[in-house]
Amino acid sequence: MISVHDLTVTLDRNLVLSGVSFEASEGGWLSLIGPNGTGKSTALRAVAGLLPYAGTVSLAGTDARALRGRRRARAVAYVPQEPVLPPDMTVADYVLLGRTPHLGYLGVPGASDRAAAVAAMDQLDVASFAGRRLSHMSGGERQRVVLARALASGPSVLLLDEPTSMLDIGHQQQVLELVDGLRRSSRLTVLSTLHDLTIAGQYADTLVLLSAGRVAAAGSPASVLTEETIGRVYGAKVEVRLGPDGRPVVNPVRNVP
Amino acid sequence: MKRAAALGTAVIFLVAAVLVSAFVGAADLNPVNVAAALADKVPFIHIRTGLSQLDQAVLFQIRLPRIVAGALVGGLLAVTGAGYQGVFRNPLVDSGMLGASAGAGLGATIAIVYLGGLGPGTVPIAAFIGSLAGVGIASLGGAVGSARIAFGSGTATLLLAGLAVGMFLTAAQTFVLQRSTQVLQQVYAWLLGSLSGATWQQVLEILPYSAISIAVLLLHSRQLDVLSVGDEEARALGIRPGVVRAVVISACALAAASAVAVSGLIGFVGIIVPHVARRVVGPSYTIVAPLSLLGGAGFLVLADTLARTVLSPSELPIGVVTALIGSPAFIWVLRSTRTVET
Repeated sequence: MISVHDLTVTLDRNLVLSGVSFEASEGGWLSLIGPNGTGKSTALRAVAGLLPYAGTVSLAGTDARALRGRRRARAVAYVPQEPVLPPDMTVADYVLLGRTPHLGYLGVPGASDRAAAVAAMDQLDVASFAGRRLSHMSGGERQRVVLARALASGPSVLLLDEPTSMLDIGHQQQVLELVDGLRRSSRLTVLSTLHDLTIAGQYADTLVLLSAGRVAAAGSPASVLTEETIGRVYGAKVEVRLGPDGRPVVNPVRNVP
Repeated sequence: MKRAAALGTAVIFLVAAVLVSAFVGAADLNPVNVAAALADKVPFIHIRTGLSQLDQAVLFQIRLPRIVAGALVGGLLAVTGAGYQGVFRNPLVDSGMLGASAGAGLGATIAIVYLGGLGPGTVPIAAFIGSLAGVGIASLGGAVGSARIAFGSGTATLLLAGLAVGMFLTAAQTFVLQRSTQVLQQVYAWLLGSLSGATWQQVLEILPYSAISIAVLLLHSRQLDVLSVGDEEARALGIRPGVVRAVVISACALAAASAVAVSGLIGFVGIIVPHVARRVVGPSYTIVAPLSLLGGAGFLVLADTLARTVLSPSELPIGVVTALIGSPAFIWVLRSTRTVET
């Protein structure tokens, strides 16, 4: 479970986030949405402990400030929008880097770390190309490998910054279904940012809509993704209808003169 | 290639390089007798060597200290190159960056020009101090330039500061030289690098610094692997890139200073050897670092053998040999490098 209260972030003297609060339950999926530059990624990085912030971030009831360095990294796995993939590194070596939070300063991975990395590769179905170089992966395979590295640390919270921004629609669905399956089977709490409103509404239990660094709306996808709210926050004309599963589908509508 | 096989091959390469270097030279030593004499030095092994007193002196007082110094310097330069390439995530960086070589050059020049009367031991000490000072000034320059902690962020700024400091120190060296043209040849002989004056005493002097810096670099090789995913992701994995960078750069500076103190400036070893290691075993520093250490040692021993035999009885500066091999190899590195990040 993750609880964020009154999160405020100032970067280079600019107030990027102001008084943002939200909560995601264990095994839940909360997605931050909002126009470009509203602080979605900043919020994620603050939760990961990568930025200084004011306010409180609690992980399973513990103030995240009390969890420094490797302890925090064991609890929270962070996948940035554009992960750095050393091109000549093998999939197996890359996934094994995910065990770093479990090693001492000069520690080297042991048998249990290798077993955890193999298990993560099995979970994401990438074990068959464990010896392949990262430069030889397709976009979808690459994203699965990055997720395997994140899961190898055995986190309770998974932070995903635009996990599907570089993928075609088929690979988007494949990756998001995988994440959905993992959070249900492993009680993993997922906190993501997603650009595509329909996709965000399809997968997340809770949406938090940010506008200019503040929460403009929060709640279930059906309550947040309304034509009125999207029009107000994005300045976009859209049509929202409910899909067969009761979740909202957002279609842009052109203003025809 | 598997890691164990690669390390085994590197050990064989180093041993072969040492043996070839011990056999070959102006004094015509019988290879069998040389091998016997070397084996005789191994504890609990006693073999009649068949070498005369003079041949023994050539082998143990002239060739062997030179071979050991060459192996030590080559290993230091190569593992330092691997270390720098790891912290800067750039395969084209080596120990000559960050003002280390230029600082050593200025230190040696000042020693030759102004402190010549203090004896031959002055030059390596001055080069050692100059090298460390060069890195220190470059790091401070990087800190001022990026307005942050030098090792914590802004690796590109740190590299650029190193280049600027290097140019400044080289200009200062040229100024000193211009006012003392009578020692020009002596200074240039040092700048081109040579192991011709290597002694056991020199080897013993740099051994503690070499051992510490090599141990630190090898122990941090996994941290360098983690840094390869970028500072932000490394931090998300629970490590502190700034601390790792500070420790590794300090160890590299100490290693480079130890190497130049013995041999003068020898280029390209720090780029070419780690690159070959990466091509053979992949990018993980847990294997690239030890492989560079062994490969660099063997490479420089062979390069020095060439340097002292090709134009025998006169000698080529070893820096010329490594540059002649290294320059085309550097182009190959550029060609085969996929990404260059700073």
